[in-house]
Amino acid sequence: MSLIFNQEQRLLADTAREFLAARSPVAAQRRLRDEGAPLGFDAALWGEIVGLGWSAIPFPEDFGGLDFGCQSLGPLFEQIGRNLSASPLLSSVVLAGSLLQLAGSAAQQERWLPALIGGDKRLALAIDEGGRHDPLATELHAERCESGWRLSGAKLFVVDGVQADGYLVVARTAGQKGEAAGLSLLLVEAGTPGLTVRPAALIDSRNCARLQFDGVLVGADALVGEADGALAVLETALDRGRVCLASELLGAAETLFATTLDYLKTRVQFDAPIGSFQALQHRAARLYVELALARSAVMAGLAALDDASLSAAERARLASLAKWKAGQAADKVSNEAVQMHGGIGVTDELDVGLYLKRIRVAQACLGDADYHCQRYGVLLSTKA
Amino acid sequence: MSAIDDFRQETRAWLEANCPLSLRTPTPEGELVWGGSKVEFPGEDQRLWFERMRDKGWFCPDWPVEYGGGGLSPEQVAVLESELRRLKCRPAQINLGIWMLGPVLLEFGSEEQKRALLTPMARGEIRWCQGFSEPNAGSDLASLKTSARDEGDHFVVNGTKIWTSYGDKSDWMYALVRTDPHAPKHLGISLIVLDMRSPGISVSPIDLISGKSAFCQVFFDNVKVPKSQLIGPLNGGWTLGKSLLQHERKAMSKFGETSLPNHFHLLPLVERYLPEPRSVADQALRARALACAMDEHAYALTVQRMGEEARSGQDISGLMAIMKLVHSEQDRDKFEILLDALGYHALGWEGDAFSGEELAITKAWLNGFALTIAGGASEVQLNVIAKRVLGLPDAK
Repeated sequence: MSLIFNQEQRLLADTAREFLAARSPVAAQRRLRDEGAPLGFDAALWGEIVGLGWSAIPFPEDFGGLDFGCQSLGPLFEQIGRNLSASPLLSSVVLAGSLLQLAGSAAQQERWLPALIGGDKRLALAIDEGGRHDPLATELHAERCESGWRLSGAKLFVVDGVQADGYLVVARTAGQKGEAAGLSLLLVEAGTPGLTVRPAALIDSRNCARLQFDGVLVGADALVGEADGALAVLETALDRGRVCLASELLGAAETLFATTLDYLKTRVQFDAPIGSFQALQHRAARLYVELALARSAVMAGLAALDDASLSAAERARLASLAKWKAGQAADKVSNEAVQMHGGIGVTDELDVGLYLKRIRVAQACLGDADYHCQRYGVLLSTKA
Repeated sequence: MSAIDDFRQETRAWLEANCPLSLRTPTPEGELVWGGSKVEFPGEDQRLWFERMRDKGWFCPDWPVEYGGGGLSPEQVAVLESELRRLKCRPAQINLGIWMLGPVLLEFGSEEQKRALLTPMARGEIRWCQGFSEPNAGSDLASLKTSARDEGDHFVVNGTKIWTSYGDKSDWMYALVRTDPHAPKHLGISLIVLDMRSPGISVSPIDLISGKSAFCQVFFDNVKVPKSQLIGPLNGGWTLGKSLLQHERKAMSKFGETSLPNHFHLLPLVERYLPEPRSVADQALRARALACAMDEHAYALTVQRMGEEARSGQDISGLMAIMKLVHSEQDRDKFEILLDALGYHALGWEGDAFSGEELAITKAWLNGFALTIAGGASEVQLNVIAKRVLGLPDAK
């Protein structure tokens, strides 16, 4: 397992750095927010990203993919974090695409995968129902009926759920809230009667929705994978998403840290750059340490995604370590960035606030640091 | 097959044939072999392994053959190290001279000094100690006062050095001394080497809060040191001293990677002493333990990443600067958690009211306080990161 990027991945990072700096700098994200863009991302930019082949990276060639492996998503998400670039790459490609690739029927794959990779359609994952990420807490109920399945319940925090073409819905088909068995995955297309989609405006001004299912009827062919046994495949796809988010958090935090260092070197008070004061120097040094540890954890999480020699539990544990450490480091960096910038740090004029808000959303998404600390512990005692 | 592949094959075969099977395990406490005139071997296998590595020149594999080294290229040294790791070979000896003074002598020593000092060093015949810190020169090392007065063909040394590990067991010392009391403090310091049997030297061991220790205080009372034992330029010792400390950090990180067994595994111990957490407080303690173990995992990955980055030619100076800080602070955190988890069981000093493991944990906790101070206190490490790595400005 290598903890550095290979030549191909470094090239990918270079391309992404140049492309995003030109086409999707932080100013572009700010403009989308100010305009109140309903999608939260720029559809034209998404088209260009698809054109660069990024959405094809993790998938086999049979579906129009490039088969570069999931690790290669790392350098992209890191650059996405640096520029705060919004796109449906995580929701529609990494999460929904992975689920269909891993568990979809041939018909489902044929219908959806090329469309997701090609950017013609978007799917969103509808998983969480409570205030915090917790797949096992799923209560949204799906029962078998004559025509297929009937869904009732609600989903919160559906990333890129506004104007999606459909939803991969985690539903409870057996057992009780809190139990690992009894979860199923159903594909519900937008516009199905009984499904209400309401936008939720978040602090990072991205695309997010709340879904309400009132007796939504779907066919038997809406089931993705096995009934009652969706958890294993769900965790595999979630872990891909978690490590991508960890990469994004790392990129955002490193950029914010660099901005803050510049400020410490140039802001003068008491006739000296404030970065010459030891009280601030030591705090900055500790942030550097946190970021260095976070980078190692993220690199290991990425490498583990494609490493077939690891057990499922080991792979999952490294994903949790990555999300835990990157989330924790990014939280600390963003809090300190605001404080060290002083008064101007709390103004909207500065980009510091945009980073702070995106970091908080990405940190909560698919499990915050507490969630992944707990999960790491459970996985450690799983001798799989 | 390339030459380096050949070398790997030969090295692997030689190690298989020459490293005794009993030494392909982590080194137990107290079984490290320290080179020197009074070298002691815990057993016959250790003696054999010491002599074979010595005769191969592999105590200092990268040094030139003419000074007793192995004459290997950096690439070959990397192969040797990876093969030693692969077989889990214990270090054949620990020798501060080879790790720290040797590289500095190779760079700055005169031809005469190299011949006189490097060859016996490379054969593990001399045990070295370090004379840097003084009672009034700790973190502010450059304020050191031990003086070497010019007396024509020799210096006369007066003063004291403290925190000298194994000062009582070493043959020679390398020391920073003040040779110009009037120059600005960094510019009046020289590096000298001296024989610990010289008249006027006395050594007293220091007891720590953890009990007996390897640390000593060394006193110099008109000690004569020939001028031929000045290393590098007169009053140019500060640069050499910094270079020595860099070699120390490099050696310590390698040493830490390969040979120090992790004696106490945090999570199993916490589980054993807190089998059924019944309160929020118990749960919180377990959460602290888990977070500490995850940070240790992230540190281990960082050691691995640093190695990979170094091999691929990237600049690892930033990572090098954090290693000592992170490792010593994580260890301190770990023992704080263990102390809380063991409760009264971790408060024993000696006797059969406590298990050997419990007493060892208590000692290790107390000893941990020295680790965030020795070799550059955490605060000094933070200064180094802030200034050298992050480029933050000096105070006015």
